[in-house]
Amino acid sequence: MKLKLDRISKSFQGNPVLNAVSIDLEQVHALVLIGPSGGGKSTLLRIIAGLEIPETGSVEINGDPIEYEESSLLRHRRSIGTVFQSYNLFPHLTALDNITLPLCKVHGQTSAIAKENAMQILTRLHLESHANKRPAELSGGQRQRIAIARAIAIKPRLLLFDEPTSALDPEMTAEVLDLIKEVGDEGRDFILVTHEMGFARRIADQVALLAEGRIVESGPVAQLFEQPQTDRTRGFLARVLKY
Amino acid sequence: MKRLFFHDTLKKRRLLVVIQFFNWALVFVLVSAIFYFSFSQLDTHWNWSLVYQYRHNFIAGWLTTLWISLAALSLSTFLGLLSALGYRTSFLFWRYLSKLYVELIRGTPLLVQILIFWYVIGNAIHLENRYFAGILALSIFSGAYISEIIRAGIESIGKSQLESAQAIGLTRRQIDWYVVLPQALRQTLPPLAGQFVSLIKDSSLLSVISISEFTFNAQETASATYSNFECYIPLAVGYLLLTLPISIVTRWLETRIRYET
Repeated sequence: MKLKLDRISKSFQGNPVLNAVSIDLEQVHALVLIGPSGGGKSTLLRIIAGLEIPETGSVEINGDPIEYEESSLLRHRRSIGTVFQSYNLFPHLTALDNITLPLCKVHGQTSAIAKENAMQILTRLHLESHANKRPAELSGGQRQRIAIARAIAIKPRLLLFDEPTSALDPEMTAEVLDLIKEVGDEGRDFILVTHEMGFARRIADQVALLAEGRIVESGPVAQLFEQPQTDRTRGFLARVLKY
Repeated sequence: MKRLFFHDTLKKRRLLVVIQFFNWALVFVLVSAIFYFSFSQLDTHWNWSLVYQYRHNFIAGWLTTLWISLAALSLSTFLGLLSALGYRTSFLFWRYLSKLYVELIRGTPLLVQILIFWYVIGNAIHLENRYFAGILALSIFSGAYISEIIRAGIESIGKSQLESAQAIGLTRRQIDWYVVLPQALRQTLPPLAGQFVSLIKDSSLLSVISISEFTFNAQETASATYSNFECYIPLAVGYLLLTLPISIVTRWLETRIRYET
């Protein structure tokens, strides 16, 4: 995937959250955004997802810019799979219906075909026995894996994960991270916001550190973790890797 | 002694059933005693047989109230839904119309609304059928309350749900239809049931435009026979027969669509 962010700025009620963020990657498969809370990672991801409109700047994916107009935004969102930190499943629908809803209503599949596709994915993720359960009957890890199943069922050109394990205990975190790795290994491009440094290091090919609304440093994963170029990056890594 | 009156889950199931039965019985006895005592103090000459001759009057009125209520119930739900959706639309005319509708109707007495609707608006648009006018007035009145109930239900849906729905690419209308309303319905069921019960009782006010519904017929019979209580007691029982099923059906529906969030 080719990703180009050009001087993106965004503020909420006068508080700047992103300040002219630019990144230009010719070939990236797994981009991981790290950084302190409140640094703008989630906002940047939401802008890439087409859920938030930047005040200035542009996003280009594979040379294809996001246009900020209702119908093209809708088309953009439909081409992308987004997984949030928590509560992204619809509580009134079963796991299966959560997956088939976008397939039927957005991607025009008949309910029989959507069901078949959804079951195929659930089986692959070993979740088929939970197909007819509502989210409240599932563990946090299972819910998040269903949410990921929903996101990949539409065969998105790009997956976005916004701190997908922050609300989970360590065991569930592991099962969700395993799945993300598997999805990445299958060749699907993704951008991940996470605080799991070990995982970031293992899975990313590019890493960007966001703090105070700017990209402090970005580059190939080995370089950023082993030879950080700025004091800010060194300080952040020293703090998060201390324990 | 204390054990007889308090529910606790540590007790054996069978004992619990007995204790529950005992307490229900106690409640019934107390309430009946109050009524029995009060009525026994009344210096009245009961004349049930005379009123019984007018039973067809009661039955016809009860049936009229039943179908008027059913019609107003569906129409007011529809109006309430339209108005609640109006609060969410970016189409300003619709939004402001909904706001004005709710404030105007909730702030004025139903009696005045019925009179104005029949004698002024009905007259101006040559509305001939007073039953139709009555149903319309009642629906407009109740719709304003239902609108607020549905709006509260919609607002209780978390932002993350809307965002999630947006992220999978649903259109605004699809979000309302597949995500917001099904969840809002669950929240609104108990207050909605209360509103339906009110609607049935409020239908008695239609007697002011001479619709011969239950209350109107009971009043008529009361003045014809000079037997007030013999007419009003069956009236109360008749309304209970209409309102209790609503409570029961709602309970049942609630358990059927229950899920945790």
